[in-house]
Amino acid sequence: MRHSSEPIWWSLFAAGGVVAALVAPVQIALTGIAAALGWADDAFTHARVLALVSHPISRLYLFVLISLPLFHSAHRFRFTLIDLGLKQGRGLVAVLCYGAAVAGTILAALVLIRL
Amino acid sequence: MGEAVSRPYRRTMPATWWLTNRAYFLFMVRELTSVFIAIYLVLLLVLISKVAAGREAYEAYLTFLGTPAVLAFHVLALAAALYHSITWFNLAPKGLVVRVRERRVPDAIIAGSNYLAWIAVSALLWWVVL
Amino acid sequence: MAEPTIALEIFRYHPEQGEAPSFRRYEIPYREDWVVLDGINYIKDQIDGTLAYRWSCRMGVCGSCGMMINGTPRLSCAAFLREYFPNPVRVEPLAHFPVERDLVIVMDDFMHKLREVKPWLIRGQETPLSEGEYRQTPAEVDEYKQYSMCINCMLCYAACPVYGLEPRFLGPAAIALAQRYNLDSRDEGRRERQEVLNTEEGIWDCTLVGECTTACPVHVDPAGSIQRAKVTATVDWYKDVLLPWGKR
Repeated sequence: MRHSSEPIWWSLFAAGGVVAALVAPVQIALTGIAAALGWADDAFTHARVLALVSHPISRLYLFVLISLPLFHSAHRFRFTLIDLGLKQGRGLVAVLCYGAAVAGTILAALVLIRL
Repeated sequence: MGEAVSRPYRRTMPATWWLTNRAYFLFMVRELTSVFIAIYLVLLLVLISKVAAGREAYEAYLTFLGTPAVLAFHVLALAAALYHSITWFNLAPKGLVVRVRERRVPDAIIAGSNYLAWIAVSALLWWVVL
Repeated sequence: MAEPTIALEIFRYHPEQGEAPSFRRYEIPYREDWVVLDGINYIKDQIDGTLAYRWSCRMGVCGSCGMMINGTPRLSCAAFLREYFPNPVRVEPLAHFPVERDLVIVMDDFMHKLREVKPWLIRGQETPLSEGEYRQTPAEVDEYKQYSMCINCMLCYAACPVYGLEPRFLGPAAIALAQRYNLDSRDEGRRERQEVLNTEEGIWDCTLVGECTTACPVHVDPAGSIQRAKVTATVDWYKDVLLPWGKR
């Protein structure tokens, strides 16, 4: 059977879509709005946040949260360009989109390991 | 009788096709939520690296997050993420076929359990962080 | 009292006249129980006999009379004039297909795609007749029955922007039909059909716009069938790659 590589990308897209659907709204509300507005000062002090994100479970969670939805976004963006009429350079666009997700994944791993 | 001529007429699709009806437009909005989510993830990764960099860097970044433009982005991103969640859970039964004792579980139950999980996970995270 | 009328603006294309297509407006009597197809038949019989279009059963079974009605793909036998009255109704040939003449589209591409997915029961080995029929439980029939209801009206293709942008895309009805056989307990041809389905122009071009399912007059849910095909192809892929020693 001929192997299209699409199943890999689609499964990452789907997994990332689930993760984003479950936690992206509350994450954005927490770090993008609550922390930014200083709603709960003692919750977002440096010492507490450092302790919270340094926990192994938090690191694993943050890695999954960043990596998988990046693949989700890369996949959707790639197909959005096609849906907007992109005909030439489809291969290049795929490489750039998924490449960005791979780069983000590596960066996330580095940041989280070094915490 | 005229001679039969076959010269098929081909119509082309403009790049603005998604503006021609509501369903197409909402589809494009759904797809573009992913851009907001990706940008948010980058900002989150930067936040984590600032936490690692130390208290000063972290507090400076919190100030940056509090500027009106960045705040406005996050409000938009929150709306986009909510739209993604709702459309995602509603479409989940399309690909997911679950059977209990040879019977297919109705779509509403599959979507409903997704929503329940969503609420539970969100509440848990909120409680852990705050 | 004057009888009420309604205007039909109909897409006209006559290749032998070498002209670009144009819309012609016909004023016809408005009857509450008329569908758009009745209006078009009235035009053909009473006003302009040169109008070309396809129709047959006028009861939503044959799938011949699909047209764009005010921009939406519908069976013209199921679209009542009263849904539009008193506004004019714009009638065009099904979107995304080449136009042969007036409201008649060229459907060769669709017919070709239907054949490509091998829409018949494939058996490794036929059981001899003497051993009786292939039996199925009601649950096994339910698995594929919905997908077997397709009337090949092509409304789903006209609703699908992905097909409009990329005519090589296998498209909703053909994939739903492939799934109709893939999910049939008597069939053994799924791997063979995957050669056509599991390609970029097969299931992977689909971005789940979902309008095929909205347009379908017989509730086949092609969008759902494509999603299920994606899940199956993905599971196959992981099985083949991660368990290469396993039974294929």
